[in-house]
Amino acid sequence: MSKLAHPVRGRRVHGIAGGITPAANKAASLRSRIMPCPLAPLYTLPLTQYKSVPLTPAVQAGDYVQKYQRLTTSANPDAAHVHAPTSGRIAAIRNCLIADRVETLAPCIELVPDGADTALGCSPVPDFRKLPTSELFQRIIDAGICGMGGAGFPVAQKLRLAQSADCQLLIINAVECEPFISADHALLRERAADVLLGAEIVQTVCRAARCVIALKRDMHAAISATRSALAHSTVEMLLVDSKYPAGAERQLIEAVTGMQLPAGSLPLEAGILMLNAGTTYACGQAVVTGSPCISRITTLTGSALTTPKNFEALIGTPVTFLLELCGVKQHDHTATVLGGSLLGVELASLAVPSTQTTNCLIAATSADLPQSEPELACIRCGYCADVCPVRLLPQQLHAFARNHAHAQLQDYGLTECIECGACDYVCPSHIPLVQYFRAGKQELRDATRHFEQAESWRTRFQQHQYRLKREKESARERRRPESQPTSAPVSRHSPAFSREQAQNEIAAAVARSKARQQARTNRLLASVPKSSGDPEDSGGVA
Amino acid sequence: MYPLIDTALIRLLLWAFLLLALLGLGVTAMRYWRRKLADQHSLVDRINALLPQTQCGACGFEGCLPYARAIANGQAINQCPPGGDGTIIRLGNLLNELPRTLNPAHGVVVEPRVAFIREDECIGCTKCIRACPVDAILGGPKLMHTVIARECTGCDLCVEPCPVDCIEMRPLGPDHSPRWVLPNSGSGTRTSLEVTR
Ligand code: SF4
Ligand code: SF4
Ligand code: SF4
Ligand code: SF4
Repeated sequence: MSKLAHPVRGRRVHGIAGGITPAANKAASLRSRIMPCPLAPLYTLPLTQYKSVPLTPAVQAGDYVQKYQRLTTSANPDAAHVHAPTSGRIAAIRNCLIADRVETLAPCIELVPDGADTALGCSPVPDFRKLPTSELFQRIIDAGICGMGGAGFPVAQKLRLAQSADCQLLIINAVECEPFISADHALLRERAADVLLGAEIVQTVCRAARCVIALKRDMHAAISATRSALAHSTVEMLLVDSKYPAGAERQLIEAVTGMQLPAGSLPLEAGILMLNAGTTYACGQAVVTGSPCISRITTLTGSALTTPKNFEALIGTPVTFLLELCGVKQHDHTATVLGGSLLGVELASLAVPSTQTTNCLIAATSADLPQSEPELACIRCGYCADVCPVRLLPQQLHAFARNHAHAQLQDYGLTECIECGACDYVCPSHIPLVQYFRAGKQELRDATRHFEQAESWRTRFQQHQYRLKREKESARERRRPESQPTSAPVSRHSPAFSREQAQNEIAAAVARSKARQQARTNRLLASVPKSSGDPEDSGGVA
Repeated sequence: MYPLIDTALIRLLLWAFLLLALLGLGVTAMRYWRRKLADQHSLVDRINALLPQTQCGACGFEGCLPYARAIANGQAINQCPPGGDGTIIRLGNLLNELPRTLNPAHGVVVEPRVAFIREDECIGCTKCIRACPVDAILGGPKLMHTVIARECTGCDLCVEPCPVDCIEMRPLGPDHSPRWVLPNSGSGTRTSLEVTR
């Protein structure tokens, strides 16, 4: 953390290794202020806010709920709970389509608003410094906040880890390096003081010695707003180069501290906690106003929208409803991308709700998202290696992934690839490198799983062989005339159990089984003749 | 005058030298053989680590380890149907051999399966238990038997011995989680997640 010894507020600009500078596309959505979102006809609230934390619904279909009411329970005290974004009736609790990287079916609570928007009372706190740390933390836990930067890890769990680790530095990540997203920019431009307040609260909770907010050099409006808010705060501001992917966790840590995290280690092991600006804002609001997190700032942009904007979108708002608010030019609208243009995924269905991680929706025209050109052979130009922020060799990884060369993929650090797509972006041969890498990572995971399974089979086979050997030996022992005169029990190996006897028994058993088999066939034939394709199902019923 | 070089001394030195040389040769030869044996062992281990451990015997050997020993002694690498092309490629990489297609004399690649015993038909003859190479069947004389699905390698060996034909092989349920696939040349897309379901 040598560079942090004398951080220069807003003056020094820190860079990352590699990186690209795609044309920024934020001006359109930054033209207007953050807009409040009108009530949608239906809210779909996923119960899988983060995979590892299962939530159980605490309400039933038909229940009336008020705004801010908690709708779930969980055995985990740090789970990020779901709260009602507005008042209304629970329509159903069922599996709905949600966008979790790809569209998947997940259990959701469906809420039909009544339009009254009656809220539960919250207890605001004028000065958070008067509250004990445990109370601050409890308020953050109760707000049900997930990381809004990407993965959606529950903030309470992250803070819990930071408390037990020795957290030295808190970095607030406002480096929105994706060319289309402007949610954090808009947030800082209009509510910089609230974000910094949130940062101070989180800093108090995780007991970090310092707190740095990192912005990108070209976020001018946000920088000036932050700078004026800094006057009343202990937070320091730091600018990084306008490069993609400067906002990636490890890259930003390198830019801020000058320290490269070792492969496979977590930032907290180095005493660093990173939170997204939106998450920090939500934490601040949770403490100051006492209200749970029911909305986030979502950028709606793309050339297919008449008026791109940032909306304070309630969690669970249908994506189509959000897009309609900005006026979709139906003729030009070719695709909708969830997330940024570089890291996002194309939505196959618009019937998904927005969540706490929905930072951006791009209604793209064919000009925004041109058809990718056919993949050509790698010409070994090395551009990809120049831009890789992890300093990998994408051209080599590409060749290895093609050839399923798992050992080399490991050696060349495929698992370190952050799938940022910078290599993809510059490749003159239009090779979809990231897709190769994702497939390669999948193969590595599969291989590990298979290997572990094979290992267990191998062990069992060896033990089996050993058992056979042992049995053979003990049988030989028994055959010896002088040993074990008559004390041996009547077993199949002793002469008392005669061969005919055994054969008779087996024949009888075979006959019984045949009879049962016959009975079953008869039963099957007697029942629905068409369903005889699956005999064992009906066999179990009797 | 004494001769400067005593013939007896020369002879003694010569013998000593010869003995030492022989000893050295012996030690070297011994180390060489041990080394070679160890190499052979580690080669067998490395080959065995690449085999799928289904223990089905389709390769013509009693299990994966015997086949690994045979490969180390020059047996063809394309005799393992459960491993399929992946195993052949990995074996080829290890042994510096060109990958070949699976030898059809040993069978065809089938999707992963597990054995299933129709329990009301089982007569408790214990024949399947004796056939199972990984002890994945639970049961006892004249008692109902069942397969521990998690341990079953899908080797097929228990099906044939059953006198009442109550064991069947069932395919493992398909994995529905989205999977990334290698792009086909010419159809790669930049932003969309390509998944097979
Ligand atoms: S940028 Fe593309 S063509 Fe150039 S070396 Fe990398 S993969 Fe090959
Ligand atoms: S996608 Fe991976 S290999 Fe390509 S530039 Fe980013 S980190 Fe490097
Ligand atoms: S064929 Fe069967 S026994 Fe032979 S190596 Fe392959 S899995 Fe093992
Ligand atoms: S239960 Fe049958 S198929 Fe499964 S491992 Fe044992 S013998 Fe093979």
